[in-house]
Amino acid sequence: MLPYPLLSASLVIMWLALNGFTLGHLILGCIVAVFASWGMASLRPAKPRLKKWYLLPKLVGIVLYDIVRSNIAVASIILGGHKRKFKSGFITVPLDVESPMALAVLAVVVTSTPGTAWLEYNSLNRTVLIHVLDLVDEAEWQTLIKGRYEALLMEIFE
Amino acid sequence: MSQTILAVSLTFAQVCLAIAMALAALRMSRGPRAQDRVLALDTLYVNSMLLLMVFGIRTGKDIYFEASLVIGMLGFVATVALAKFLMRGEVIE
Amino acid sequence: MNIMDHAVDLPVWAAILVSFFLVVGSGLTLIGTIGFSRLPSFYERIHAPTLGTSWGTGGIVMASMIFFTVLATRPVIHEILIGIFVTVTTPVTLMLLARAALHRDRAEGNPDVLAEVSPDEPKSGPALGE
Repeated sequence: MLPYPLLSASLVIMWLALNGFTLGHLILGCIVAVFASWGMASLRPAKPRLKKWYLLPKLVGIVLYDIVRSNIAVASIILGGHKRKFKSGFITVPLDVESPMALAVLAVVVTSTPGTAWLEYNSLNRTVLIHVLDLVDEAEWQTLIKGRYEALLMEIFE
Repeated sequence: MSQTILAVSLTFAQVCLAIAMALAALRMSRGPRAQDRVLALDTLYVNSMLLLMVFGIRTGKDIYFEASLVIGMLGFVATVALAKFLMRGEVIE
Repeated sequence: MNIMDHAVDLPVWAAILVSFFLVVGSGLTLIGTIGFSRLPSFYERIHAPTLGTSWGTGGIVMASMIFFTVLATRPVIHEILIGIFVTVTTPVTLMLLARAALHRDRAEGNPDVLAEVSPDEPKSGPALGE
């Protein structure tokens, strides 16, 4: 009946948020969600497994804090006069996570934080190419990404 | 009182976003390469989406929210298609 | 200010809060776009619009949510859909664009990018992360 319960629940919530909470829209939204999850099931995507879902709020908190911090950092770089004091560059980070879901979340986190952009993942030697706007020390960024995000993601997804 | 505060900040926000759109358009016309122009188009989409939301607060009408949602989705699809085109030279293989 | 007549009932604290988020959001978006037009290379420019899509969008979404919630005296949260949508889609577009740019730079043999390619990576296929 419901192959993807999380997807169906978020579809119903989205339907109600867009149309207002009434009984009619609740029924209509449930019908739409059920049919949509059947359509999703026929596509057979790999089912993500959330091992420790209770760590997700911690991840969201860390990411929100980092986004605020790097927003300020990037804004001060942009506004910081004409002379270029910062040096940007590419770094390669070896990754241990394997699950596609965790990689996708890591890519979203890295890219939506201003100052770092996820360029491409090399699945052969499992490294990722990241461009950093204010590159001071390559090893520092590697330990930041591995220690701050990757360890938590591996706990959640693997 | 609250009307004055809101009017000032709404005008400020609209001016900011309009300047941002002008800068993005400038970058789009200046280039230098195709990927810069596509990125400028994406920025233009996001900024116009935000401008519509600010306009929704100014008029107090809900309809602008839907317009900005549609613009956001169209911007995503357009940018993905253009990036795919830059990578492969065609959109549908 | 006839156009603002619907905001007569808005309490002053809400007006200040809405104004704060509006100014922060639009200011960050403007700073991001200034950076976008000033930074010298494409890979540096790709960082600038994320300012507008992270807290630029977040600030204006918060302002709109507070404004309509206080005016309607019931929670109006559908703006958060825009926030979620932008947060999820921006990395996808930026990643695709960056990969397209990398592919084009490598195909042309642009020196600052080629130096970073690891040796056992196939040069022709961009379909690495798939």
